[in-house]
Amino acid sequence: MSDLDQFRSEARTWLEANCPAEMREPVKGDMDFCWGGRNYEFQSDAQKLWLDRMVAQGWTVPTWPKEYGGAGLSRKEEIVLLQEMKRINARSPLSSFGIWMLGPALLKFGNDAQKAQHLPPIARGEIRWCQGYSEPGAGSDLASLKTKAEDKGDYYLVNGQKVWTSYADKADWIFCLVRTDNTGKKHHGISFVLFDMESEGVEARPIKLISGRSPFCETFMEDVKVPKENLVGEEHKGWTIAKYLLTHEREMIGGGNDAARPLHEVAAASLGLDDGKLADPMLRAKIAEAEIDEWAFNLTVKRKLAEAKAGASLGADSSMLKYYGTELNKRKYELMMDATGHEGLEWESERSSDGKMARSWLRTKGNSIEGGTSEVQLNIISKHILQLPGA
Amino acid sequence: MALVLNEDEIMMRDMAQGFFAEKAPVKALRELRDNRDETGFDRALWAEMAAMGFAGIIVPEDHGGVDMGYLAAGLVAEQMGRNLTASPFLSTAVLAATALKHGSDAQKSEYLPKIASGEAVMALALDEGVKHNPRATETTAEPSGNGFKLNGSKAMVVDGHVADKLIVVARTSGEPGDATGLSLFLVDPKTDGISTERTIMVDSRNAARIDFDNVEIDGDALLGELNGGMDVLDAVLSAGRGIAAAELLGAGAQAFEDTVAYIKERQQFGKIIGEFQALQHRSSHLYSELEIARSAVVGALTALDEGHENAARYCAMAKAKLGSVAKLASQEGVQMHGGVGMTDEYDIGLFMKRIRVLQELLGDAHYHMNEVATDDAY
Repeated sequence: MSDLDQFRSEARTWLEANCPAEMREPVKGDMDFCWGGRNYEFQSDAQKLWLDRMVAQGWTVPTWPKEYGGAGLSRKEEIVLLQEMKRINARSPLSSFGIWMLGPALLKFGNDAQKAQHLPPIARGEIRWCQGYSEPGAGSDLASLKTKAEDKGDYYLVNGQKVWTSYADKADWIFCLVRTDNTGKKHHGISFVLFDMESEGVEARPIKLISGRSPFCETFMEDVKVPKENLVGEEHKGWTIAKYLLTHEREMIGGGNDAARPLHEVAAASLGLDDGKLADPMLRAKIAEAEIDEWAFNLTVKRKLAEAKAGASLGADSSMLKYYGTELNKRKYELMMDATGHEGLEWESERSSDGKMARSWLRTKGNSIEGGTSEVQLNIISKHILQLPGA
Repeated sequence: MALVLNEDEIMMRDMAQGFFAEKAPVKALRELRDNRDETGFDRALWAEMAAMGFAGIIVPEDHGGVDMGYLAAGLVAEQMGRNLTASPFLSTAVLAATALKHGSDAQKSEYLPKIASGEAVMALALDEGVKHNPRATETTAEPSGNGFKLNGSKAMVVDGHVADKLIVVARTSGEPGDATGLSLFLVDPKTDGISTERTIMVDSRNAARIDFDNVEIDGDALLGELNGGMDVLDAVLSAGRGIAAAELLGAGAQAFEDTVAYIKERQQFGKIIGEFQALQHRSSHLYSELEIARSAVVGALTALDEGHENAARYCAMAKAKLGSVAKLASQEGVQMHGGVGMTDEYDIGLFMKRIRVLQELLGDAHYHMNEVATDDAY
């Protein structure tokens, strides 16, 4: 038996013995995702138990080093672990921007003290993080951000406003781009800092979206004192870290969606069949086309990840995946709305699970805006891949 | 499923890349066309392709082939697409070779070595109407003496004008429209009662219209089981679709690259036109579509090599996707070239023509979308 087979067998045995039955049931709604953090209220004993057990294994962050709460697994072992979790439909024990975004950045750019302070609480789900990037005047043109951080000796004095901060009202800490110098080019003078959301002068206000939900906030900073040791990487050179993180974010947003029920099943259940064919022949053709694209897109995600050397970034191809994946997802939800017709329009009824379809459809409209708009992704492809002049 | 090429495959791709760029570039197709070549492809080139192992790429080694599989064949087809190389690769090395792998031991021993050596050109006589539709086959093969009597008409028989042997799909039971009741026959095109008309197509490549009028053939001409033709045909068509998709990928990618190169040079309004965001965004979109399309081709051909249960479906999906994407590449290519895109001097128009033919061959995007939906029971 190879080492990998051995690992698979051990992982399988452990998961069978330790994953509570409740945590093997399909996720029904947002509340079934465990986000952790200081103020998090577990939805059930099983949810807490599952997190505690996975934390003890180091499997909330399987590839991180053991000293930071991981299990030091190889990428291949991680894939095996994920396969074994999927086999028994185990839920992810922890959803976390700390794991997906800040952690990889700290591992690459943080100093030893920062890693020791921040990584273990992320791994244990004790501290929930949010991302302070966009500002009212710096969306697609992120590098024009203005939130000011003045050097006051042993601390920075931060003043400014962030927007589209995901779950800022629920987060404990923020990783934030601030301007420490505005004398040079806009990409210079940006710094990457960390601070506690309970610091004096920080306020997060939820933004109500067209979906009726409020996953994003405006975050205001007024005379917030950020200790110098919370600067990650070099002063004025935070753009490198920001770009690294954005690439991660794009790979995540564009990363395909296998879990949702196939479009054609939704349509068949909703509209019925006529002589074995979907009752709406025009919609039938569009659905087939979209599902072929989805198949090819999911293969592309796998192919690109396989092509990139283990752990390496996809570079500008992450923009291609982000662009295509989000546009495809929007197209798919438009077809979902076509397929579900009048029922898909219901907003508040129990029958519609409080307008789940309509709210999901509206949510997808943000896919091609957040993390860099489709137009920005096309600019990046034009510049870095096609090398077109002036791009 | 491995989606990344291994060392052997990279070697095959690089070898094919060098070979076709040197021996059969777009210029060679222009010469065949302008000289009104009788064959429509260069027989010397085909012999060289055989010597390189391309003709026998899916033929087992004990029958003289190199047996590298469909993904490798796709890598060759992709390079042919990039160079618009005319050859009987699809008709003979892919469609006929796949069919013959389902033949009797005697048929395999007789024909597979001839395919691998480049000695025999073979053509699949399947389509009849204006669109690809195997189930609609009307040509009949009735029992007659020790064999069969063929009656009917075939169209779009690729390389049928010079084929040494035809693989004829005929109905041996049931009615047109039935998915069963078809059989395949190996037929000598010189047999009495066969008349062949060469049809030169828009892409300067060749097919034939072939009429069968009471054509008597022997019983041992049957390829595969009587009435079991659809099983063999499924394998043959899947292979053909996957390889046609690979050729479309090559043609689409080359059309795209030629276009990007052009908009980096052409100046208007005192600017290089590639500076205009209107063209940049369309180019970047097309880049994305071609990357998605490449995955479809690799995924389909790998599934075919692995004998995956969904291989036929994936080949159909790849053919549909590539038909659409390569078409977009050729349309955008001509448009972005502007006036010169309409001239015979520039290659972009030749790509548009070849892509249009490949789109139609073995089922267009609409055909395969319908098949996929039907397969998914909706």
